[in-house]
Amino acid sequence: MAQMTMIQAITDAMRTELKNDENVLVFGEDVGQNGGVFRATDGLQEEFGEERVFDTPLAESGISGLAIGLGLTGFRPVMEIQFFGFVFETMDGVAGQMARMRYRSGGHYHSPITVRSPFGGGVKTPELHADNLEGLMAQAPGLKVVIPSTPYDAKGLLLASIRDNDPVIFLEHMKLYRSFREEVPEEEYTIEIGKADIKREGKDLTIVTYGAMVHTSLKAAEELAEEGIEAEVIDLRTVSPLDMDTVVESVKKTNRAIVVQEAQKQAGVGASVVADINDNAILHLEAPVLRVTAPDTVYPFAAAEDVWLPDHKDVVERAKTVINF
Amino acid sequence: MATKTLEQVEGHFEMFQILNEEGEIVNKDALPDLSDEELQELMRRMVYTRIWDQRAISLNRQGRLGFYAPVAGQEASMLGSQFALEKEDWILPGYRDVPQIVWHGLPLYQAFLYSRGHFHGGQFPEEVNALMPQIIIGAQIVQTAGVALGLKRKGKNSVAITYTGDGGASQGDFYEGMNFAGAYNAPAIFVVQNNQFAISVPVEEQSAAKTIAQKAVAAGINGVQVDGMDVLAVYAATKEARENAVNGDGPTLLETMCYRYGPHTMAGDDPTRYRTSELDDEWEKRDPLVRFRKYLESKDLWSEEKENEVVDQAKDDIKAAIKKTDDTPKQKVSDLIEIMFEKLPVNLQQQLEEYREKESK
Repeated sequence: MAQMTMIQAITDAMRTELKNDENVLVFGEDVGQNGGVFRATDGLQEEFGEERVFDTPLAESGISGLAIGLGLTGFRPVMEIQFFGFVFETMDGVAGQMARMRYRSGGHYHSPITVRSPFGGGVKTPELHADNLEGLMAQAPGLKVVIPSTPYDAKGLLLASIRDNDPVIFLEHMKLYRSFREEVPEEEYTIEIGKADIKREGKDLTIVTYGAMVHTSLKAAEELAEEGIEAEVIDLRTVSPLDMDTVVESVKKTNRAIVVQEAQKQAGVGASVVADINDNAILHLEAPVLRVTAPDTVYPFAAAEDVWLPDHKDVVERAKTVINF
Repeated sequence: MATKTLEQVEGHFEMFQILNEEGEIVNKDALPDLSDEELQELMRRMVYTRIWDQRAISLNRQGRLGFYAPVAGQEASMLGSQFALEKEDWILPGYRDVPQIVWHGLPLYQAFLYSRGHFHGGQFPEEVNALMPQIIIGAQIVQTAGVALGLKRKGKNSVAITYTGDGGASQGDFYEGMNFAGAYNAPAIFVVQNNQFAISVPVEEQSAAKTIAQKAVAAGINGVQVDGMDVLAVYAATKEARENAVNGDGPTLLETMCYRYGPHTMAGDDPTRYRTSELDDEWEKRDPLVRFRKYLESKDLWSEEKENEVVDQAKDDIKAAIKKTDDTPKQKVSDLIEIMFEKLPVNLQQQLEEYREKESK
């Protein structure tokens, strides 16, 4: 096994599938010779040629249209949106077109497309680069939305996404790209889309989270443990569809839960998780399910990210509120 | 200097015509090589489609059809271009472009089901290379670049053709689609049916460009303005565009000059609010059926008898298709859940069970 960062695991997954399936195409802005602005596609054009891994003109709606058309003619597109804030340029292509292809054709056509895109706060990007737009995506029927938090999960989930015959939005948190390494098998493996993972076991409280907040929550769990509170940390890994079975089972054990997300509070994934816990486990709860989120402003200017993003102290504080309720 | 460049460009986009309003050949060199049977088939399709349009409007008024966008006045533009295609070619239609996909092989009753909003209308037969009519103006244009690139990469000798109106030429997707197809030299044909109005806004108010065809220049692809009321000109221009596309000589933008006689759609649009009866009359003089009928009659290829046969056939077919449409089982919510994904996620699995339970009562 090799030690890989998350971005290396992502490249490895694409390389694996480019080798396995001649219909897999990887394309987007600067993904060819340049290897992507984060080097996610580094070396892939050299290895597989310009017909398999290629640059596109700078137009996100055009890129989605290209993916949809290539999908209709038998290819399996892996398209990149350079930064996920740019998805606004192709909300129709993603939520209006590829998400609905199977439905509009009564199942005759489909869009076997993976939309890869960097997102997430803490790396001081310009506006509309880091925004947490997973809630918008999760609200579009027809899309699956996957957000890995570790290199191991990233490889297995990306392979599953590419092999999926329906569109998958695969969001890569920029802060996690190179933040740590872990062992990632060189052989291929998939992780089922829609399955959460318990990243830390505990009996006193369930923390439901995803993306970079998994690590924030794990750090908080360590602090809580010092005070004798054992938190269970569930990494959703997929925010649409939600794996509520895993969440509900945990809540029935701990009787207390908080949901931690980097995104703003209004609507969103966290709200959906809270509602589903109430639907399925309200009589097991000893306290209301609270959320740790960012405030409902526009995603902040770079210099304000540190004070805007939730941190582990926020998680500890909210966890204690629920414990002491 | 900039103004002079524009004048030079615009000078290259004179309208291509073969048959004038009197049904006379004005451009003998460009006359396409079509047999007598093929010429008659073109006429047959235009007459058939005009009758279908009339019946569709009346069925809509009776509440028996649903969403319908009239096509009369655009028959030459729609059917002349489709006639130049091969069966393996892909059509990506706009919402009005139902005749092209029906003549490409979609059964009429499925077109009616699409109008009514029934999912079986989108379950195209395997051999029909076409997408469902697109509602978002321009979305099909970027997808066309993708289908065309896919056909090229799969080594097929076929093209992707897409249709929009003059309104569609203002969308960003129009430019992106042409630009992508040009950049990849993908075998695509972009047809803008310039029927003079984007619902109510006249084409002169939509752009400073004198023609839509000249917009091809910016994308580095071929552009031609064609008399869209002249079925021979539309056919010849499309045929040439198709040959260029499959030979690697680049995509083409075709602007077909035509007119929609009816309202934008049957959902309450009133054309008298934005255009005069004088303008209607002026365009009806250029009618595609009238001029082609004159041409064929001059060659002894058409008669009242032949025309009546087509009219009767169209009426019979429509009656049968409506019957089949009526006989199609109603949609259930469980049907709609099942067509969402190849493998249903857990939330939809639960909802499917709930709706099946509800529907069984």
